[in-house]
Amino acid sequence: MATRTVIPFGPQHPVLPEPIHLDLVVEDEKVVEAIPSIGFIHRGLEKLVEKKDFPEFVYVAERICGICSFIHSQSYCQGIEEIMKLPVPPRAHYLRTIWGEISRVHSHLLWLGLMADAMGFESLFMHAWRVRERVLKIIEATTGGRVIFGVCKVGGVRRDIDAAAMRNVLAELAETERETKEIVKVFLNDGTVKHRLCGVGALAREDAYALGCVGPTLRASGWTNDTRKLGYAAFRELSFEPVTRTEGDCYARVAVRCDEIFQSIDLIRQAAAKIPGGELAVKVTGNPDGEVFVRTEQPRGEVLYYLKGNGTKNLQRFRVRTPTFANIPALVKSLQGCSLADVPVLVLTIDPCISCTER
Amino acid sequence: MTEEQPIIAVTPGTLVGEVKRHCEQGWRLVQIGAAKLGELFEINYSFDRDLVFQNLRVQIPETAARLPSISGVYWCAFLYENEIHDLYGITFDGLVLDFKGTLYKTAIPAPFAVKPETPGVSASVVQPRV
Repeated sequence: MATRTVIPFGPQHPVLPEPIHLDLVVEDEKVVEAIPSIGFIHRGLEKLVEKKDFPEFVYVAERICGICSFIHSQSYCQGIEEIMKLPVPPRAHYLRTIWGEISRVHSHLLWLGLMADAMGFESLFMHAWRVRERVLKIIEATTGGRVIFGVCKVGGVRRDIDAAAMRNVLAELAETERETKEIVKVFLNDGTVKHRLCGVGALAREDAYALGCVGPTLRASGWTNDTRKLGYAAFRELSFEPVTRTEGDCYARVAVRCDEIFQSIDLIRQAAAKIPGGELAVKVTGNPDGEVFVRTEQPRGEVLYYLKGNGTKNLQRFRVRTPTFANIPALVKSLQGCSLADVPVLVLTIDPCISCTER
Repeated sequence: MTEEQPIIAVTPGTLVGEVKRHCEQGWRLVQIGAAKLGELFEINYSFDRDLVFQNLRVQIPETAARLPSISGVYWCAFLYENEIHDLYGITFDGLVLDFKGTLYKTAIPAPFAVKPETPGVSASVVQPRV
């Protein structure tokens, strides 16, 4: 039997700007066990709900994550609106859908860049982030922010996208689509990329489900689970089918995210074509009294919000289960048996966001 | 309402059996979340199957904050149960991977189990955990 050695991975690591620590038990070059540790940046945001009143807490919810910030604020607002039975205007639903999908495009392009960087393919990393910059400029032009949008509020949205601005968004997205197709060709066909990804960290269909995976990690193993199919916001009026692959390996996770970029652009086009006129928000009076679970689809997968109000201006309980939290057990399992050199790439394929995981 | 959200009340004694039944019926564990309600802890176990959502809910007194672990049924539950232990101080018997209170590094033990702060009184007055 080979000697076992424990190699610490993280919380500071060149390819992973997220503070997760793994104790990797290795035999020669093979990982036989991985024990995760988080908790380095726990911010206690859930507890903060006891101090911030419910309309103000939107700002906190949006800052749970710096990548999927908008969908956090959207999920929180949806929950409050559900409890208070607020009739959110249809135009606000469509605008939320558009901004949410723009977030997904930006997040997946960011992740593709990080993935290329983890593989040592620096020029591909730069191309992915160059394209992403175009998306950030769309976000800046329509919301005023690049990371924190600040446009979602309880009862609707703060800003509109008028017809001229929408034409600009669609024109920029057409360019984004064209440029993304070029880099996706490399991600899916380049020999060195495939060599690093194909067959690595494979999660069997049954395992992915049993381990509670969500998002592209789950869909790359053959499942169609996508909470947008619940029909929240404007999704019930848009046509799409979840992107899936069956291989369950790192390559499949990359391929799912690549295809989801084009799917999101298509969804934005559909929404722009169907967006109705009307108000952007309704007036909110009273305080939330009741409880609700909200599920939405972030770029990394299903996020769950649990809100409980007791008729006061402060919620009694605010709980978030982020997609990365749900994907950590699967990461731990898929690391078993992999080569030590594949660990950084494999960790990245769940698109980990530890800041939002720890809240 | 975007989806139905039935909540089934269970007891600590029937919890694992109900969870096993859900597992055998093909439900995916979505999350485990705790809340402090006065002198009680309320723990919700959420499941999904083909976009159908369902919850098991158990309430326990804070003076007997102990539950059987479901990590023997859903292995991935170990992460949720360790989190709840560290934030609420609830003990889970039979955890398959027990971090023994080291998953989260918090200034005070079980910070979510303490009552909401009185306005004007800072959390820093609480003795830090050594």
